[in-house]
Formats: sequence, structure tokens, C-alpha cells
Amino acid sequence: MTEQSKSALRWQRKDLLGIRELSAEEITFILDTADAFKEVGTREIKKVPALRGKTLVNFFVEPSTRTRTSFEIAAIRLSADVINISASASSLTKGETLKDTAKILEANHADIIVLRHSSSGAPQFLAERLTSSIINAGDGAHEHPTQALLDLYTIRERKGAVAGLHVVIVGDILFSRVARSNIFGLLKLGARVTLVGPSTLVPREFEKLGVTVSYDIDEILPTADVVNLLRIQHERQRKEYFPGIGEYIRLFGLTKDRAKRLKPDCLIMHPGPINRGVEIDSELADGAQSVILDQVTNGLAIRMAVLYLCGGIATP
Amino acid sequence: MTNKQNTRTSSATPPVMDGEAITRALRRIAHEIIERNPELGSVILAGIPSRGVEIARRIADIVQSLAQTSVETGVIDVSMHRDDVGKRAELPRVQASRLPLPLENKTVIIVDDVFFTGRTARAAMDAISSFGRPARIQLAALIDRGHRELPIRVDYVGKNLPTAVGERVRLRLENVDGEPDAVWLVKEEKA
Repeated sequence: MTEQSKSALRWQRKDLLGIRELSAEEITFILDTADAFKEVGTREIKKVPALRGKTLVNFFVEPSTRTRTSFEIAAIRLSADVINISASASSLTKGETLKDTAKILEANHADIIVLRHSSSGAPQFLAERLTSSIINAGDGAHEHPTQALLDLYTIRERKGAVAGLHVVIVGDILFSRVARSNIFGLLKLGARVTLVGPSTLVPREFEKLGVTVSYDIDEILPTADVVNLLRIQHERQRKEYFPGIGEYIRLFGLTKDRAKRLKPDCLIMHPGPINRGVEIDSELADGAQSVILDQVTNGLAIRMAVLYLCGGIATP
Repeated sequence: MTNKQNTRTSSATPPVMDGEAITRALRRIAHEIIERNPELGSVILAGIPSRGVEIARRIADIVQSLAQTSVETGVIDVSMHRDDVGKRAELPRVQASRLPLPLENKTVIIVDDVFFTGRTARAAMDAISSFGRPARIQLAALIDRGHRELPIRVDYVGKNLPTAVGERVRLRLENVDGEPDAVWLVKEEKA
């Protein structure tokens, strides 16, 4: 863990809305905190009383299994009480506004609200109106901060540091909140980022963020230290953006043949759920270079850290 | 902010313990640990970050040189086990805890710099029990400043330092703070 800063920074945020507004120091602070929570997972008793007496509401207006489960296990290990609400079970379907639903949650003493929503900015909307801690678990095509943090954590754990690495993000960038949060985080920690994918999904405009855009994956792979393959989001896709599965595999899929171009110590990442045989060859997903399962385990430590920090400070 | 003000105040007043006094206090603690633990091989010195870890390391060195037996050391961070969740406006960095396992049949000695309300020691006992069930848990502190809020006492104490509630014990250790070893008693500045 070479990037641990010894600075005297102390955590002061009640909400985690995105990576964009965090400083490099704050990101490192969360990663260091996650180190401590990863250690808790090795104890005989894997539960700590940090959030005892707090109530956490998992409010997922958009479906999700892995993120919701990860937040739920994280909250349970911190001794918080957890309530899960899905869109179909909430009064949103009866015409109640998001604000009113959230006000009801707060009136029921929800200390922490973990929100997944299809509209960009929904978490910020709530954070400005409620005293509860708001954690963004993915909002539209905007940000998915805990996913980026667990990716950064996994890279730092395997490579010792993020600074100086060349990270290649492949696939559906345009619709991807994971890509956006990752780009912000990687650049803040000093990595070099290249985006690769069909020009319809990886517009040149992204270069304004400080990344390189390429349409030739074979040229880029040999210099990559990390390859992060994003899921093709069929649900967000309109036909005209996407070249078709066969063509996508041929041009951008990480096939066994293509993987021979990678450095032997290049990490292969995927936020899941994997479309086996599309973004990545099935054998590669389970291979020695793949850290896909590490990402899941580290996601738990990251979410414990975020809930501990944002949920553990005094709110007015 | 108050830290800086206190730094200025304390440099003017003489310390209540200098480097030599701290070393003498740690030697006495080491002697008592040897005396009360015939099986030093089963002793673990678990320091509370950050200065407790340094003090545990120093005591372990002294025990080693006196008894020619090494004692194991560890780190026990109590942040996740504190009882003031949601009451602080800002949170410090949490460190990973690290104890030699298993703890069964071991004596874990919690090592803290300044023993005050007893709440940190309670949290440390809670943290240790999530790693296993040691034969016994004891407590060592360089300074006992009084004002207990829980029914907990210290087993090995370097110096009893009677204080007023409004006073603050300011400890500096060479390897942690980059300043010479010393202890001051400073008046808490009103914000």
C-alpha cells in the first residue's frame, strides 16, 4: 500500500454522490479505510458495532442484485438495521414524487439512504433536501462512485499504486456511469486512461476530460497495465448506437487470441454482470489475469468504508 | 486550530516528563510485565494507534533485552468499536488491526498512551474479542490521568498524572511525531 498518505485529513462528508467532487486525498482516505474493513473480513467475528442503532434504507428504483446485496451485507457487518425497497414495492408507482417518498423515509428515521435511480442527479436532489446520509449506488448515466472506488482499490491492491499506470476502458462508455466515475478517479490518482470502443459509444468529446480515445483495441492492448471491460448495456442501448454482437466481438471483444497481446501482469477487470463471450472470452474471465472476483470481495470492504464514514459522522 | 495554539503554549512551559523519564517509566512497565507473566511467550502487546503502537514496540524491546525472551506485538484499532457513533463532526483514519492468532491461551496486554475515561480500553476489549478469546486481557498505559467514566482500571502504569478535566495531556514521541520524547500538561484553550 504505497499510496497511503500520512496527511491529517479527517472525513467530513455525510453524502457520497460522485467521484468528481472528491479530492485525490479523500479518495485515498476511503481506500485506506477500506483496508481496515477488509481486515475485519478475516476476523473470527466479521461484524463490528460501528453503525449500531442506525437504520439504512436500500432504495433501488432501478433493478440491481449485486450492488444492493453488497450494500446490504456491508451494512449488516457494521451492525446497522437494513430495509430494502424496490421501485415496484414503493409508492413511486402510485404517483408519489421521489422527494415525498424520501421525506417519508426520513420521517421514519432512515439515517442512511442508498439510492439507485435511473435519473442522473437524483442522489444530489435528495442530499440537498434531507439530513440523512445519501449514498449514490448509480444514477442514470452519471456516476457509480462505489464501483469506481472498488476498481481503484483492486488496482492499488494488485499493483501497489494507481499513479503512472495505463488503464484501458473498453466498450459502452457513452451510457456508462461506471466509466465516468472510473475516469474521474483514475485521473485524480495519476493514471493514464485510454477509452476504446465503437465511435458511436466512445465519442471524441471524452478527450476533454483528459483521456485518450482510440478505436483500435489491438494497438492499445500491449501497453495496458489494466483492461476494464464494461458491460454492453442492452437495456440502455438504442439500435443505431450498437454495431451488433458479432461485429462488436470481432472489433472489441477480449478474445483469447487478442489477449495474447497483453502484458503478462496486465489485470483484467469487469464490473459485472458479464456477457460471457461478448465483452470477454469465458475462459479469460476465469483466468489468472482476471481480478473480477477480487472486485466483488473488495466491493464489500469499500461499501463498509463508505457507510462507516458517511453514516458515522454527526448530522445536524 | 487548537493544536497549533497548544503547541505554542507548551513550548513555553517545561514538560512534566522528558525523554529520560519516559524511558524509565517504560522500563518499570516492562519489569512488571516480566514479573507478572512467567510465560512471556504467551504475551501479546497490542498497541492502540498511533502512539500506543510505538509504546508497545518499545516495551517489547525492553522486555527482550531484560528477559532474553521476545514477546509478540500487534495493533488494535478501536475506531469501529467506539460508542460515540454519529456524534463526531469528522472522522480520523482507521487502521487495520493486526494480532498474532490464535488468541486462545494468550495474555493480550492493551497498550495505550494516555489512560483517561476508559472508553478506548472498553472498545479495545470489544475489538480483541472479535479475533478470539484470549486467556486474559490486561491494560498498560504510559500515563494515567484519571477521570474514569467506566469501571476499568489499568494494570501497568508509567506515571499517575493528576489532571483537571479542562487540561490536556500532550505527548510527543520521536518515531511518531518527529519531535523529541516529552509529555506536557496544557490548559485547553477555549474556542
